[in-house]
Amino acid sequence: MLSRKVWLTGFAALLTLAVLPTAAQERRVLNIYSARHYGAIEQAFDRFTEETGIEIRVSQGSPQALLERLRAEGEFSPADMFLSIDAGTMMIAKQEGLLQPMDVALVEGQLEEGMYDPEGFWFALSKRARSFMFNPATVDPDLLVDYASLADPIFKDRLCFRPGAHIYTISLVSSLIYNLGEEEAERIVAGWVANNPRYIDSDTRIIETIEAGGCDVGLTNHYYLARKLNENPDYPVQFKPANQETTGVFFNVNIVGVTAAAVNVDEAAEFIRYFSTVEGQSGEPIGFPGSNYEYPANSAAELNEIIAGFGEVVFDMGFPLAEYAQYQALAVDLINRVGYGLREN
Amino acid sequence: MTPLNPSLLPLPVRRVSFSWSLLPPLLIAVLILIPLGILVLQLLAPDWALWRSLWETVLPTMLLNTLTLVLGVGVGTFLIGTAFAWLVSAYEFPLRWLLERALMLPLAVPTFVMGFIFMATFDFAGPVQTWWRATFGRDAAFPNIYSAGGVIIVMTLVLYPYVYVLARAAFAEQSANTVEAARVMGYSRMQTFFRLVLPMARPSLVAGSILAMMEAMTDYGTVKFFSFPTLSEGVVRLWEGRLDREAAIQLASLLLFFALAMFVFERALRGRARYYQQGGGSKGRRPARHRLRGINGLLAAGACLLLLSVAFLLPTAQLIAWTVEEINRQTVGGWQNTYFTYIGNSVTLASTAAFFVVFFAVIVAHGVRSTSQRRGRRVARWVARLVTLGYAMPGAVVAVGVLLFLSPIDLSINQWARDLGLQRPGLILTGTMTGLIYAYIVRFMSVGYNSVESSLDKITPNMEHAARTLGARPLGILWRVHLPLMSAGIAAGALLVFVDVMKELPATLMLRPFGMDTLALWAYFLASESFWQAAALPSITVLAVGVIPVLLLMRVGERR
Repeated sequence: MLSRKVWLTGFAALLTLAVLPTAAQERRVLNIYSARHYGAIEQAFDRFTEETGIEIRVSQGSPQALLERLRAEGEFSPADMFLSIDAGTMMIAKQEGLLQPMDVALVEGQLEEGMYDPEGFWFALSKRARSFMFNPATVDPDLLVDYASLADPIFKDRLCFRPGAHIYTISLVSSLIYNLGEEEAERIVAGWVANNPRYIDSDTRIIETIEAGGCDVGLTNHYYLARKLNENPDYPVQFKPANQETTGVFFNVNIVGVTAAAVNVDEAAEFIRYFSTVEGQSGEPIGFPGSNYEYPANSAAELNEIIAGFGEVVFDMGFPLAEYAQYQALAVDLINRVGYGLREN
Repeated sequence: MTPLNPSLLPLPVRRVSFSWSLLPPLLIAVLILIPLGILVLQLLAPDWALWRSLWETVLPTMLLNTLTLVLGVGVGTFLIGTAFAWLVSAYEFPLRWLLERALMLPLAVPTFVMGFIFMATFDFAGPVQTWWRATFGRDAAFPNIYSAGGVIIVMTLVLYPYVYVLARAAFAEQSANTVEAARVMGYSRMQTFFRLVLPMARPSLVAGSILAMMEAMTDYGTVKFFSFPTLSEGVVRLWEGRLDREAAIQLASLLLFFALAMFVFERALRGRARYYQQGGGSKGRRPARHRLRGINGLLAAGACLLLLSVAFLLPTAQLIAWTVEEINRQTVGGWQNTYFTYIGNSVTLASTAAFFVVFFAVIVAHGVRSTSQRRGRRVARWVARLVTLGYAMPGAVVAVGVLLFLSPIDLSINQWARDLGLQRPGLILTGTMTGLIYAYIVRFMSVGYNSVESSLDKITPNMEHAARTLGARPLGILWRVHLPLMSAGIAAGALLVFVDVMKELPATLMLRPFGMDTLALWAYFLASESFWQAAALPSITVLAVGVIPVLLLMRVGERR
């Protein structure tokens, strides 16, 4: 009969476990669906909690998965705020009525023009450039001018790319379509594919493969190299921003919007206000951009020391964040049409 | 008192109409089938334009990759599992007693963990290729691991124990008489193996391979790491990458048919397996092991040790090394802040799922057993098959089905509440653990049910008859007779489900409630950013938990 007691006890314990997390909390909280790697933002969020007393609770996922959840949950979503690493998904969220407008006075005079929605639906809090990583021992940086440079047959069997399904690839290709038109963009991507790139589904590993000599040039976000440089200042891979003489380097953003279903709207407003200020935009690990070596969205904020070493970078501000979504749909089709990322090499 | 023949007694259950004893199992079966049924409905109304565009772009590659992977893993696990099972069953060599058991250990390694360890070790920037280039020159050729071959090797190394375990059991059940007769008739050792032992064990071997193939087909993490698009990965890819719910649902419903084919195939072979094993004569003596002496003995031990090292010892050592590095590094936002929360989440989800799976499994198994009428039995057998259907389904497919089913209910509840002027209850199904637990139940019912059913099978009906004679009702029999006798099987089933949930990725990814990240997800997120050291700690934790049922499995093997 011991076993029956064990079963009953177990059942009771389970019920308790299931009920515990729902116990109400009276503290001020902010629930965020975040597409950003948790470790990267933790220090900045801790500082925010210290300053404001608002506890941040994060549920992590890819931007698309989180958007899908917001859609499914509609007006009953438990999330107060959506933090995406891609402007396109945020624009879709806005179009579908998943966000609510906030007062832009929260960020006026703080965030740069173009980094927030004049209607107050979204606020970009940091920039990440996606461009060349190369081995300076084997590549003449003068050959790396714009994204079309990598379609040159001189780079045959020398490239490392992220596969086509990843949002980083999709958004980069969408900027090509915006700036150069669909035909030219397709010619460029087809040129990349003709160069038989090695596809690696990790920006860090792309940089490490360049270091090991597996390829000479890759395209990654700038901060992956910054992380390497933080561990080893002499890391033998270099970063070069593309399109510096023309449109400026392609970038994506960390971007937030307050959900239409938000309960903790005041806390969300506090989040947006704090992280727009010079302090919240700090290049130190306690700042939003600084915690991940990204570029600030407030031009008065100081730059992180490591990425300051990359020199002056011109960003492609001509491609409005508001238009990222529509070009991403075209980019996905283009990527599949050309066969980018699918072929084995 | 004269002993009565139990079969002459008017049993209470005979008078109860079959719908009563079968009602709870039927309800459970319906609950499990709804999410899958919703997907089938989707396939009945195919979107042809969508299928055409899929066919013109990604579908052929996904189909080809899925078939290559499934067949490759099937063949790979069959060869390795059978060969080593035969080696440890038929021969005696140094350390055999230890190696024989240890060779089951890779079962504890989650496939995606093996995947990222393999990647970090063998890809271009990894230590092996770096050494290779240093030794043989910068341009020395090395096979590309981001390929069908790479994925197949990884999965075969983790999944071969499915065949190994079943093969060892099958070989052990074959009687010495049969083998000796063959030898007397002039068969060589090799001939005996290929013409007699192997054909007799075939159903078990194929059943093991099919289990491995199902695992390969439903895998998500490994193929994602290796950029090797399969159907199962494609469902998540379309859902997320294109934000294309419709396409993902259509693809999921296609995959359902693949899974169904596999399931039918497996069931057919299982059915025959019983027949063969009885034909083999499980009551006979075990064949004596042939002693390998000198160099041959060392070679045999070496082969086992090599497999064990590649599939378990080295990967585990690598994980431990990374974990130590990570703990020593003490990075800000490091492991201390999150580790115990994630353990709590994983354990909560896994134990809740294990409890419900086993609970439902007992109800179904008991209901099926209590069905005495002929027609009822046929229905019962079907119910038993249907509840185990989910095991062949990728987690992502199950998750899609659960969402399609629960989401509208959730929204209507909230709308009603609002219309009635009540406080809105929130997403009580999809926004809490409920939806996820539901998906786990659908996915892992088979794991729990098989353990429960097999332990219930071993209880002689005389027990029930005796209990009924003494006036016990069916529920009383379940509670006072069956449950205590089945506790080992129930515990084993619960444990297996527990471990499977700990390892689960895609359904957890799609359905987890707010902040409910698990160890496996944490490991997966970190590994997909190439933070190997950081990913090692949650990985080794999941692995360590997975070792427990493997150790139990070893003991079960010994009692035979």
